[in-house]
Amino acid sequence: MLTKEKQAPASPREAKTISGAEALILALLEEKVDTVFGYPGGAIMPVYDALYDYTAKLNHVLVRHEQGGIHAGQGYARSSGKVGVVFATSGPGATNLVTGLADAQIDSTPLVCITGQVFAHLLGTDAFQETDILNITTPVTKWNYQVTDASEIPDVLAKAFYIARSGRPGPVLIDITKNAQLQQFEFTGYQPCRHIRSYKPKPTVRHEYIVEAAELINQARKPFILWGQGVMLGTAEQEFKAFVEKSGIPAAWTILGAGALPTDHPQNVGMLGMHGNYGPNVLTNECDVLIAIGMRFDDRVTGRLDKYAKQAKVIHLDIDPTEIGKNVPVTVPVWGDCKETLPLLTQLVEAKEHQEWLQQFRKYNDQEVEAVIQEELFPTSEEMTMGEVMQQLNELTDGNAIVVSDVGQHQMVACRYARLNHTRSNITSGGLGTMGFALPAAIGAKFGTPDRTVVAVIGDGGFQMTLQEMGTIMQSGIDVKILILNNRFLGMVRQWQELFHERRYSFVDITSPDFVKVASGYGISGKSINRREELRMALQEMLSHKGSFLLEVMVTKENNVFPMVPQGCSVSEIRLK
Amino acid sequence: MRNETHTDKQEFNITVYTENHIGLLTRVAIIFSRRKINVESLNTSPSEIEGIHRFNIVITETAEVVRKIAGQIEKQVGVLKVYFNTNQDVIWQEMALYKVPTDVIAERAVVERLLRENGARAVVIRKDYTVFETTGQREETDNLIKVLEPYGLIEFVRSARIAIIKDSEGFHRKLQEFEQSEPGDEVVENEYLSSREKVFTM
Ligand SMILES: Cc1ncc(C[n+]2csc(CCOP(=O)(O)OP(=O)(O)O)c2C)c(N)n1
Repeated sequence: MLTKEKQAPASPREAKTISGAEALILALLEEKVDTVFGYPGGAIMPVYDALYDYTAKLNHVLVRHEQGGIHAGQGYARSSGKVGVVFATSGPGATNLVTGLADAQIDSTPLVCITGQVFAHLLGTDAFQETDILNITTPVTKWNYQVTDASEIPDVLAKAFYIARSGRPGPVLIDITKNAQLQQFEFTGYQPCRHIRSYKPKPTVRHEYIVEAAELINQARKPFILWGQGVMLGTAEQEFKAFVEKSGIPAAWTILGAGALPTDHPQNVGMLGMHGNYGPNVLTNECDVLIAIGMRFDDRVTGRLDKYAKQAKVIHLDIDPTEIGKNVPVTVPVWGDCKETLPLLTQLVEAKEHQEWLQQFRKYNDQEVEAVIQEELFPTSEEMTMGEVMQQLNELTDGNAIVVSDVGQHQMVACRYARLNHTRSNITSGGLGTMGFALPAAIGAKFGTPDRTVVAVIGDGGFQMTLQEMGTIMQSGIDVKILILNNRFLGMVRQWQELFHERRYSFVDITSPDFVKVASGYGISGKSINRREELRMALQEMLSHKGSFLLEVMVTKENNVFPMVPQGCSVSEIRLK
Repeated sequence: MRNETHTDKQEFNITVYTENHIGLLTRVAIIFSRRKINVESLNTSPSEIEGIHRFNIVITETAEVVRKIAGQIEKQVGVLKVYFNTNQDVIWQEMALYKVPTDVIAERAVVERLLRENGARAVVIRKDYTVFETTGQREETDNLIKVLEPYGLIEFVRSARIAIIKDSEGFHRKLQEFEQSEPGDEVVENEYLSSREKVFTM
């Protein structure tokens, strides 16, 4: 590489001859990676061999399936803000990463995945366990690259980390042929990457747009903030809070934005979108200025686009310029990292209290409490609801747990009702909606933030997609609380069949094994309950148990998640029943 | 940005300056195929600057769609810059080759006249066939097919379009901008990680 010499450090370290595989491990250590999730195989064996000498410095977690490995990497990254690192072998190992890559790509999660590949001279010959993983993963990675020569490894790894975590973060895959892992080369040290000429992580902040945005906000009578995960990705929670509090504007969140402002904050008016709260959805079509921060107007948030906030002037703050104006026409585009743009905006906005306008959200909230929330959280029916489980969990954890949810009705309930006092506390598969995400992601989250209580909230369907990762828990001895909300149905699909397919329950009736017994086989304590009287005690037992614990709560079979914006409807047509 | 909605589709010439990296062609192509946009013409070749490749892509779309596509392409790591222009904004050419039986040409003086009128020239003359070449815009190259068909046109091929933007100073200066390594401050992973509790508590 030509640029090498130019970048040589002031006191050049002595070159030493090492293998590509060892260079890879050294690169990870230089990037301060402490944990790798992975699964070995023929094509990545030299890396595992090199790892053998570094296990004191680099913790490797042996998962039970590569999908589990990559979701664990995602959970690690989402909870800690660091880059998740995953190892997999070629062929089936690599293809098992695809779902997680797609998930990480759409949810902007920083990952560096290392896959082994057959010897370079065998590429393209249908060799044993050869797949064209680069072409398979091109649409679901921020960047990918195949290494065929060991000397490329330090620079390529530096690039991979830089690309994965800068700008709008995302997953990167580095495929390394076996010969490159084995090859000995002159290693002259590791240079972190700071610049790539054909990659602009952040657009330049345009001050005129900040001024325009501030003017619009200052004139607005009914301004409304929508925030997404971008606030957390930019570590701009404080800047965001300052903006919200000075401007006095009500703020609502997307599912991935949950937690960037505490649930109990007086200006936090709730969740947006299909199963979001009543007020923020209805009032989206009444506000005069809509301020979108680090969110991408996903169709689950906007409902029918042609009827979405037509009356509003839209200000959109995003680090990714292609998100601005992609779905919703924008009046003022505020390009940039919200950590930089928010303080500039806060400075220019007038301090206000939009009490009357906030009152409207509260009025709708009261209606929602009466029609939905009260019965969901404090049911009068005999059977337990998912909502009351969350309610009890909130009380017992005091809103301090990390809640990792899977996909389905329980996910919507968990995200709607979880009380979150801290940022990076709501981990879920948003854009892809990947069932099987929660258990491995919770494992990763625990590795990323060992001092926090991690509770995985999972449906009986989703749990059966990746329950083998209880083996990972068993082997690593970590403490993850597994809360299964069992409605004996693929609940969310059943809800749609009930509402939109005349109750034709086509293959949503799912039977489950005795989860407590299965857990016990993995050495994990557990309990299954079906009476309300047992709920609080059981949750208490789960939380205070030393180590992992599986609690299965049998909940009402045919409960529906409401409110709901039916597909193809405007957000203001949100139904309470 | 401001609610301009062009619903009329027309030809756009997309010019992409990229690194010469393996796999970039796929990344760029996916952006079109995923949105079900048909690429009418695609030319990739080295540019005037060493190591920098230039793609010329022609699609028929609305300005709105083209603007979004251009943004998506430019976002890819390895892509330096994307421009998009209507046909009025560029000078464009395609090249065509025509294979005709030599005996027909030799026999009929009229064919030769037609070729000259259409600005074609012979590239290869063999006993059995002759290959003519012409360069021009679609209508011109199409025209010659019609002319040659009655005389037993054997084979015809047309190149992808190449286009030069009228109002452009080339890419040298732009490249210098890209080469400046600007980020002075390090990439912070999450500076509040160690003090997570301070981010906020109620
Ligand atoms: C991998 C995958 N397959 C299928 C789906 C479609 N899907 C969405 S929700 C759902 C039902 C989930 O059932 P369960 O895990 O029991 O949770 P519940 O909705 O009952 O709370 C299904 C099948 C999906 N999101 N992901």
